[in-house]
Amino acid sequence: MNALTRFFRAPWTFWIALLLITWALSTWSFPLYKALDARWIIRFPAQLQVPLDVWLTAFFKWLQNDADLFLFTFRDLTRFLSSLIEWPYDQVRALMADGFESGQGSNAVEIAPPLSWIAVIFILIALGRYARDWWLAALVGGCFVYLAVFGQWDSAMVTLSSVIIAVPIGVALGLGIGILTYRSLWFDRLIRPLLDLMQTVPVFAYLVPVLVLFGFGPVAALIATLIYATPPMVRIASLALKSVPTEVVEAGRIVGCTERQMMWRVLVPSAMPTLMVGVNQVIMLTLNMVIIASMIGAGGLGFDVLSALRRLDIGGGIEAGVAIVVMAIALDRLSQAFVRRPPSAILPADLGTLRRHPWLVTTLVVVVVTYLLGLFLPAVQSYPAALTLTTGTFWSDAMEWININYFDTFEAVKSFFLTVLLLPVKRFFSGIPWAWGIIAMGLAAWRVGGWRLGLMAALMTTFIAASGFWAKAMITIYLCGVSVLIAYAIGVPLGIWAGQNTRVNSVVGAIMDTLQTLPSFVYLIPVVMLFRVGDFSAMIAIVLYALAPAVRYAAHGIRSIDPQMIEAGLVSGCTPRQLLWRVKLPLAAPSLLLGLNQTIMLALSMLVITALVGTRDLGQEVYIALTKADTGHGIVAGLCVAFIAIIADRILTALSKSSKQRVEAA
Amino acid sequence: MQRKVKLTCQNVWKLYGAHADGLLKGDTQPNDADLQRTNTIGAVRDASLEIGEGEIYVIMGLSGSGKSTLVRCLSRLIEPTAGKITFDGEDLLAMSPKQLIDLRRTKIGMVFQHFALLPHLTVLQNVSFPLDIQGVDRVTRETRAMEMITTVGLEGRENYFPNQLSGGQQQRVGIARSLVGDPEIWFLDEPFSALDPLIRREMQDEFLRLQSLLKKTIVFITHDFDEAIRLADRIAVMKDGRIEQIATPEQLILHPASDYVAEFTQHIAREKVLSLRSIATPDMTAGEFAGDLSGSLKVAEAADVIEGANAPFRVLDEDGTPIGQVTSEIVIDVLIGRTHR
Repeated sequence: MNALTRFFRAPWTFWIALLLITWALSTWSFPLYKALDARWIIRFPAQLQVPLDVWLTAFFKWLQNDADLFLFTFRDLTRFLSSLIEWPYDQVRALMADGFESGQGSNAVEIAPPLSWIAVIFILIALGRYARDWWLAALVGGCFVYLAVFGQWDSAMVTLSSVIIAVPIGVALGLGIGILTYRSLWFDRLIRPLLDLMQTVPVFAYLVPVLVLFGFGPVAALIATLIYATPPMVRIASLALKSVPTEVVEAGRIVGCTERQMMWRVLVPSAMPTLMVGVNQVIMLTLNMVIIASMIGAGGLGFDVLSALRRLDIGGGIEAGVAIVVMAIALDRLSQAFVRRPPSAILPADLGTLRRHPWLVTTLVVVVVTYLLGLFLPAVQSYPAALTLTTGTFWSDAMEWININYFDTFEAVKSFFLTVLLLPVKRFFSGIPWAWGIIAMGLAAWRVGGWRLGLMAALMTTFIAASGFWAKAMITIYLCGVSVLIAYAIGVPLGIWAGQNTRVNSVVGAIMDTLQTLPSFVYLIPVVMLFRVGDFSAMIAIVLYALAPAVRYAAHGIRSIDPQMIEAGLVSGCTPRQLLWRVKLPLAAPSLLLGLNQTIMLALSMLVITALVGTRDLGQEVYIALTKADTGHGIVAGLCVAFIAIIADRILTALSKSSKQRVEAA
Repeated sequence: MQRKVKLTCQNVWKLYGAHADGLLKGDTQPNDADLQRTNTIGAVRDASLEIGEGEIYVIMGLSGSGKSTLVRCLSRLIEPTAGKITFDGEDLLAMSPKQLIDLRRTKIGMVFQHFALLPHLTVLQNVSFPLDIQGVDRVTRETRAMEMITTVGLEGRENYFPNQLSGGQQQRVGIARSLVGDPEIWFLDEPFSALDPLIRREMQDEFLRLQSLLKKTIVFITHDFDEAIRLADRIAVMKDGRIEQIATPEQLILHPASDYVAEFTQHIAREKVLSLRSIATPDMTAGEFAGDLSGSLKVAEAADVIEGANAPFRVLDEDGTPIGQVTSEIVIDVLIGRTHR
């Protein structure tokens, strides 16, 4: 009797019971529906479905065609906005890639060519030297020479043009909104949930409305990129401004700064190092968007990858993909160097412009000279085509060779994972009746974070069921769950190892850095080549993409344990194994949970992209909506993904908080 | 010596909490129970003080005693919940934002505990920053800033960035910046607390040297009683947001108003603080004196002489009138802190 009560009181009893009931209902839902002839058990009743997607589509139609904002129509507004972006974009693109032309279409006459490739590379080398040292200059220069030698130059310059336009706008917007959140508390409260949503809604979901409102083309792509890349900048700007020490703010006030002087002379400069981290983020997110944005009209490297992927042109896809990676690495290292750059020494003003700004002057000279030379020497103007190398055939041959020789091995691995792991889990999740799903989600969230969280989770799950996406959502959860499980199972031990060993840490850290710099799309290319389309390929791509946070947070958690705790364990006579399991892991638990949270977020964002390799989940729904330009469908499916992400995030944050309290109370 | 009053505050309160304003409506004054009941924190409670021109006024208290909040109320970096503050007779709390900016630009300087230097500016730019935002032209402001940098002994480092300087040097920059506008009142919020003990002592000497040159009105915040005793003309001791006692260092040691204040005074080297004037007994019963001593001498300075003689010494005022006598017994009493025999 005593043992029985203890069993019911034990904290894990709740979870075991929840899991068992879910499993039973999942297994017998279909027989149950047959026996009771109650179709509602497995299907959400059609008459109760909310046609939100239809309403949204109608709303966007209305916006596009009839909406009148008194002085101007909504269409005027979108046209105005796009012209605002279009003009500078055209200029930059002409300068970098296309050359300046006068006239329209086939009558166009070239007035001036774009910048010489030598000039562009020189500018980047100078930036690298200015930001840090010759090593960085060599790295950045080398990356861009690679682009020229391997024949990716023109596409790369188109991509670079959109980066050049998107980054300043994204940074300025982000800083502006960040300043507003600093100045006004209610604005901060208003914008915060919006930011949460923006960062969890899959990119594809807002590609659709952007496409409908702004039309197919580079401007729409830039706007989608900005929507994607600005929210993190807002967060970082807001955080950076708020973490300027109070004393510095007071110092500004006591010397009599006006509000404006306070912001631009004290707050923003003091927050600059953190703000630069935001700039780096915007650059990386912009590059991450390059391929996705090419679906709605961005040209350049992204378009090359996408079309190669569609043609299953292995070599071309890898070449363009590698070019994006190379560019991402160069821009990432360069912007990171600017983050850490110490303020430069002040040189006396009487030295003259040349002596004070040697790099600026030399760069200008090189740009002008190569530009003029380029008018006469085509090799200076653009890298000679005869000298380009291509690795396309090499990659194609290599893939073919692997596929011929190892086809059976890959097939075996694939079917093993499918039968042992993927299919059973898929069956489990797909079987869960929607009604119980809502209850179970609510109960789990309530248990972890109180009734508010429970209610929120239940409502969001109801939204998913009511919008008719239940089955797709379950497939999403299954695929995400399995991938996260594997990523976590690989990542955490790796992170723990790295956390305890500095040499391992530097190697693993470098690999993770590279993985994180890769645009998410790039993961798809080799995976599809080896395993073809399907859930298994999607899973591998997701695991690769979501591995980094699991490793990073585990390593960070282990490393940031107070050394005294470890000494206390050693003095008490712990063996290394006991030290790990009894001291280090419990203390690192909050960090591990945060890592899990991040892994899930990255997995969900990758999941949507894997729709391209033929998954059958919510991502696919969004993707289909994109190809049909069906605004409502895309947004609602996107919201479903966002809600799954938000529920997971809130539950894990609550768990991490309570485990942190436990660790700190000890 | 009566000084002209520069800055006053009367019944100033600063409460934090949802009901902070309601508690001070009308003439009622909340007590501890009221604050506890409404979940309000009384950072500053009913503080009144008068700071004279040219005075070094030290506000001393342990952390959480409200001293930093009080000094921020005095400079209106924090709005007090209630009370009145006057600066040169003008109502500080009634000033418009524009007036306040003008006042701060011309009359107030402040030094911060953690220096609060702007990391992206050089020493020279940091020091000239207050003039820069007033729109003073470059040559004028940099000349003036260089003067201040020289005064605090940092010449040659004007093109360094703050992170290239030691803590003591950074605070010298902070001091130079606070003085560059030639303020009438100088707030120092625990300026030396973040420094190592030896550097702290050096900076205190430096501070006294500067004050002997500049003769500013000073409000100095510290949690270090030794520092307070060493620098102050007058000290206000704070506890739990209230001012426990306002007195000169000597009075504080001789007549602590409460046990709390007495705690602090116990471990002070009394002979270095107390002067003969304040320990002399008024009865001049002794028939003959070993000699005359000035009342302003500290006990430590006169101890050897007094001990060496067999007769008491006569203690004289500034103008030469005798005010009492000191004996070696009295000196010993002071040294060992004995209050009654």
